[in-house]
Amino acid sequence: MLDRREFVARLLRDRGDLLVVAGLGTPTFDVTACGDDPLNFYIWSGMGCTAMVGLGLALARPDRRVAVITGDGDMLMGLGSLATVGVKQPKNLAIVVLDNGHYAATGMQASHTSSGIDLAGTAKSCCFQQVVAVSSIDAADDVRKLLHTGQGPIFVHARVKADEQPRVIPSRDGHAIKYRFIEASKALGVAS
Amino acid sequence: MNQSLIESTHIRPDASSEWPDRIHAILKRNGVSQVGYVPDNGHARLISLCQADNDIIDVVMTNEAEGAGLVLGATLGGKRAALLIQSSGVGNCINMFSILQSCGIPCVIVVTMRGEYDDFNPWQVMMGQMTEATLKMCGFMTYRVDAAADVEDMVSSACTMAYGGNLQVAVLLSQRLIKKSGGR
Repeated sequence: MLDRREFVARLLRDRGDLLVVAGLGTPTFDVTACGDDPLNFYIWSGMGCTAMVGLGLALARPDRRVAVITGDGDMLMGLGSLATVGVKQPKNLAIVVLDNGHYAATGMQASHTSSGIDLAGTAKSCCFQQVVAVSSIDAADDVRKLLHTGQGPIFVHARVKADEQPRVIPSRDGHAIKYRFIEASKALGVAS
Repeated sequence: MNQSLIESTHIRPDASSEWPDRIHAILKRNGVSQVGYVPDNGHARLISLCQADNDIIDVVMTNEAEGAGLVLGATLGGKRAALLIQSSGVGNCINMFSILQSCGIPCVIVVTMRGEYDDFNPWQVMMGQMTEATLKMCGFMTYRVDAAADVEDMVSSACTMAYGGNLQVAVLLSQRLIKKSGGR
């Protein structure tokens, strides 16, 4: 099983202009631990919304790559959005689920995935173009490449250890991180 | 089941009713490029217009709760988005609306009302009766429209307020208006 911090750090190495949406709770701390970035957007409420935020962004910026990095709890609460993504088939969207099988933020209660519910299988059923299951850090570079160049929609199911990690907390000012993201992504210009 | 009841739930708004066309034109004029919706007979014509429009990306959702995330994502990408939903769907969205208010995300929602006028299904009444209050509690400005003649003005105003001021604005199309247009 993966160390989530190490895995996310490997995915975001030399990220360039990758647009990142981080899911509520531990995934936001994992992404922030790699260094705050104007092209990061952190979700602080609305559990279950992260994949849809990624879809709206991917459809708005078809010239850029979008990576959603979230947890199993958020993905389970927004399972329907996998079907919605499957209908739209955004080529530039990847959803990475860091699945520790537990709700780390609320006291490590088991999630449905601990009982065998298969998120990767769900993504396959929802017509994702590429579905990758990762449990070894050796695959990190390949997954990183996929985020930058693979044809989406891509679903990465990463089995991570259920351990407590120090909280690395980014801004909780939704207005500030919105404007920062909009300005930074606009400054990238429109790629042809 | 009574055949007339079955039929009465499946009537589409009259093709001659023009207000869906006017809403579509207003959304375009305001630069809306993403429209999220859950299939609905009151919105059927407007949804078809959006689907046929190359300048609008239509996103069919499994649940209205997906809409807030879509609108937030579109805004982050520098685009404007609107949602077309039924009043029952407003209840599905409550917690998700927090992401719009917390970030000052401009959002126009056009809501077709149920449970308020000549609705054959009494189970629709609870959510229909609390739709406007729910939206207000969630931080939305609400415009209620009872007459077809007011649709254009109200939707246009909603767009001005939302996209010009990063506000969340809902236009509630009354069930009587929809019925008189040949809807449910």
